[in-house]
Amino acid sequence: MSAELIMQVEGLRRDYVQPSDFIDFIGRKLRGQGKPPPVQAVMGVDLDIRHGEVLAVVGESGCGKTTLGRMLTGIIPPTAGRVLYKGRDIAGLNSAARREYELAVQMIFQDPYSSLNPRMRVGDIIGEAPVVHGLVSRAERDEYVSSLLRKVGLDPDYRERYPHQFSGGQRQRVGVARALALKPSIIVCDEAVAALDVSIQAQVLNLFMDLRRDFDLTYVFISHNLGVVSHISDRVAIMYLGRVVELAATEQIFARANHPYTQALLKELPVLSAGKRQFDPISGELPSPANPPAGCAFHPRCPMAMPKCRAERPVLQEVAAGHWSACHLNDAPAASKATGPGTPVAGTQREDSPHTETA
Amino acid sequence: MSRVVQTGPEAIAAAEPAVRIETSRWRRFVAQYVSSKAAVISLVVLLLAIAAAVLAPWISPQNPYDLASLDILDAKLPPGSKNFDGSLTYWLGTDGQARDVLSAILYGMRTSLLVGFVSVTAAFLIGAAVGLIAAYFGGRMDAFLMRLVDMQLSFPSILVALVLLAALGKGVDKVIIALIVVQWAYFARAARAAAIVERNKEYVEAASCMALSWHRILWRHVFPNCIPPLMVIATIDLAHAIALEATLSFLGVGVPVTEPSLGMLISNGFEFLLSGTYWICFFPGIALAIVVVSINLVGDHLRDILNPRNEV
Amino acid sequence: MVKQRELNGQNDLLLDVQGLKTWFYTRDGVVKAVDGVSLQLRRGEILGLVGESGSGKSVTGFSIMGLVGERGKVHADRMMFDGYDLTQASAEQMRSLRGNRLAMIFQDPMMTLNPTLRIDTQMIEAVQAHEKVSRRAARDRSLEVLRMVGIPAPEARLKAYPHHLSGGMRQRIAIAIALLNSPKLIIADEPTTALDVTIQGQILYEVQKLCREMGTALIWITHDLALVYGLADRMAVMYAGHIVESTSTAALIERPMHPYTHGLMASIPSLGTRGQPLFQIPGSTPSLLNLPAGCAFRSRCYRADAQCAHAPSLQAVGEDHLVSCWHSGEQT
Repeated sequence: MSAELIMQVEGLRRDYVQPSDFIDFIGRKLRGQGKPPPVQAVMGVDLDIRHGEVLAVVGESGCGKTTLGRMLTGIIPPTAGRVLYKGRDIAGLNSAARREYELAVQMIFQDPYSSLNPRMRVGDIIGEAPVVHGLVSRAERDEYVSSLLRKVGLDPDYRERYPHQFSGGQRQRVGVARALALKPSIIVCDEAVAALDVSIQAQVLNLFMDLRRDFDLTYVFISHNLGVVSHISDRVAIMYLGRVVELAATEQIFARANHPYTQALLKELPVLSAGKRQFDPISGELPSPANPPAGCAFHPRCPMAMPKCRAERPVLQEVAAGHWSACHLNDAPAASKATGPGTPVAGTQREDSPHTETA
Repeated sequence: MSRVVQTGPEAIAAAEPAVRIETSRWRRFVAQYVSSKAAVISLVVLLLAIAAAVLAPWISPQNPYDLASLDILDAKLPPGSKNFDGSLTYWLGTDGQARDVLSAILYGMRTSLLVGFVSVTAAFLIGAAVGLIAAYFGGRMDAFLMRLVDMQLSFPSILVALVLLAALGKGVDKVIIALIVVQWAYFARAARAAAIVERNKEYVEAASCMALSWHRILWRHVFPNCIPPLMVIATIDLAHAIALEATLSFLGVGVPVTEPSLGMLISNGFEFLLSGTYWICFFPGIALAIVVVSINLVGDHLRDILNPRNEV
Repeated sequence: MVKQRELNGQNDLLLDVQGLKTWFYTRDGVVKAVDGVSLQLRRGEILGLVGESGSGKSVTGFSIMGLVGERGKVHADRMMFDGYDLTQASAEQMRSLRGNRLAMIFQDPMMTLNPTLRIDTQMIEAVQAHEKVSRRAARDRSLEVLRMVGIPAPEARLKAYPHHLSGGMRQRIAIAIALLNSPKLIIADEPTTALDVTIQGQILYEVQKLCREMGTALIWITHDLALVYGLADRMAVMYAGHIVESTSTAALIERPMHPYTHGLMASIPSLGTRGQPLFQIPGSTPSLLNLPAGCAFRSRCYRADAQCAHAPSLQAVGEDHLVSCWHSGEQT
């Protein structure tokens, strides 16, 4: 695995305009208000993706990881920021190079039931795009599809079947074959194993690792499941409300998580050992991107929030080699840095229901 | 979100165990269709009507529009009577111009069904295209096209048809055009609704991730999945189109006398209805009713089985 | 049937299910979703019912509640709840039990909540359906349970409609509705699966607290073994309509006997499994239409041999530890 950067994103942003109809428009005009402010699903993300690595993007609802994945694959265009593929800005590419980029980044989707066209045979689902783009000729298509099916562990005869004749795990394999058919360099897995049973999940994760080796792939693995992430990824980026709040190598994140949100996520990670768990959840609800808190987005729920956190948004700083975190606790010279998951930090132990609501 | 959330009563059904479905979609569709006797009978009746209409020139006892074959002395004969030399039985009687009513019904059904099928097919294709494009592109395109659809739908169909036919004149092709104009908007609306649901599904995102062109995605990916609701509308619209054409012909603005439809036959026979020669109007009316009802029953049953909630 | 625990009287058992079979008669054949399941629960006990899709865990929950649709036939040798015989209960009797002494929480809170009614309307209705109390009293009770599940500003929540609330909040309200009439048993079918991790933690915390305080028994149905181990007193693992292993949580984690349980736990990815391929149970869940004779897990089992052509039954392998396997406890 070389340290060469295969893809970089800088300042990537994606806004959604709140839909408003005509009546709404008139109402606003009468009240002297302009257009409603756009909702920022992704608020400015910088990421480097190294060739051959598995970069995990972790977060909960509303953090923007799904939107980020869609922007990386080109399904949604970014509102602002640039994407560089192999060092070149994709906005400036000519159509042939642009096409090469589009095919080089493919996606595997979460829902095995809606990610395959129910009216197409599996052979067509996998074989359509390579033929359209000239990667294989029509005559070679069947053989190509069969070899792909074999690679993902399915019987090549299945290419005559329809998706509804397969189980969830098998459908995900078809999705993998579809992505592989275009000979990509980067595969974005958007919660690709989240909908699968544990035993099937293990099979599919092993398949991912085999394919990575066989095809020299780079993965961006979007997930909310830290257990899976701890097993499979080389680096982890934690997202909260549209921004990356922590980025480090996997071992670093799990041994020495810096950001309070990361620590909270790690506390939720169940470790199979005997004895009852004492649940110590983080309070509050996930904020909505339509109404982000001022300053640091996490401050309403953070057990260590300071007045500065409400006023000023922290930026990513390098707190150790290759370990970035966006938290004001790193600014103060004598800050008590948390050391690891489950370690009690002063002021966090609550006896009773600790829920506080954000507005 | 870790798992696909299952909502509603389907969740209890979905908690039913994972059973891999081996039979093909087509076979399941047929199995579901034949579960309703009424629908099967209606389909058979409809197919018979279509066959009879297509084969009319060969199977009808007489060509009622060949003036040479008519004998005016045979006018207004009751059902079951024979003609002058006994070679022909007028099973359903004759009308005021000595035309065999049965033959007239067969030829009339021909025209009615032709007008119905052609106009519905064309309206289907035009409406589906408009609806799909509106759903896929959204924004201004969607707003513009849907305003057109709304405008079209705000006028009563019979009114629009009358105005158009007044401008275009008489003729089977003009009737077809008028019916297309009146019907396309229903298809557009249904197609747009179906396409909006499909557009957000992951297989469409996958297609755009694979850099397929927008027209390929619409035509080969989205459209086939929008067909079920459109098929239901098409069947019911067919009945509606035939009935509408009958109304227009009854009012005298539809098809010309030389190519009458069932509606025109009813119109011609109307004056005789209460004067004892009821069969001139009655039997074409029954024929029309049978055709329309069977189409409606087929469409009703199709709507039940094509309901996506019932799809496994 | 092996009686799990011989007790002084039956009074100690809140729920006693023996030989539960729920079969669905479909066009393609008989689907034996639940094929001989036995469960026993004491008052205040928490049972984690673990299984993957197709194991029959959800159908077991629905069968106890009497919510299985028309296509399914439920049969049990014995199904006693709090002194009531559920196999003989009429629809009226089931209706009076449901939402009263026996409550259910679904994976999707919108299965409990009516999107067109306000929260207070629904909750008051739920109270008044089982008890003749005034609106005022019902409303007070609603406020009380909302506070119990840790919902801040409950008066405001009562006036809201479900679509005003987040997923986590809705699920908490669904739990509150389940608690309204102080049930003896709650069956929770994957209630936190669709929720975010931090919200999940909150709900687990609340549920644990409530069960301790109110002495409510709980059956928590899930596919996630790791999630429920910290909550449950006992665990039962299901596969293809049977319970394959059933014991206390500690015993299950320390000494899984059945190869499926063992395989399931070994498949869970974690920091400890980095760098090597995960243990994988080969194949996939069998179609329940035509299960072969013998042990249902046979085709995927690393311990299988000729003996497994005969279906095993639950046997006691230790104190209070039941396993259905001819080769229980063997390592590869």
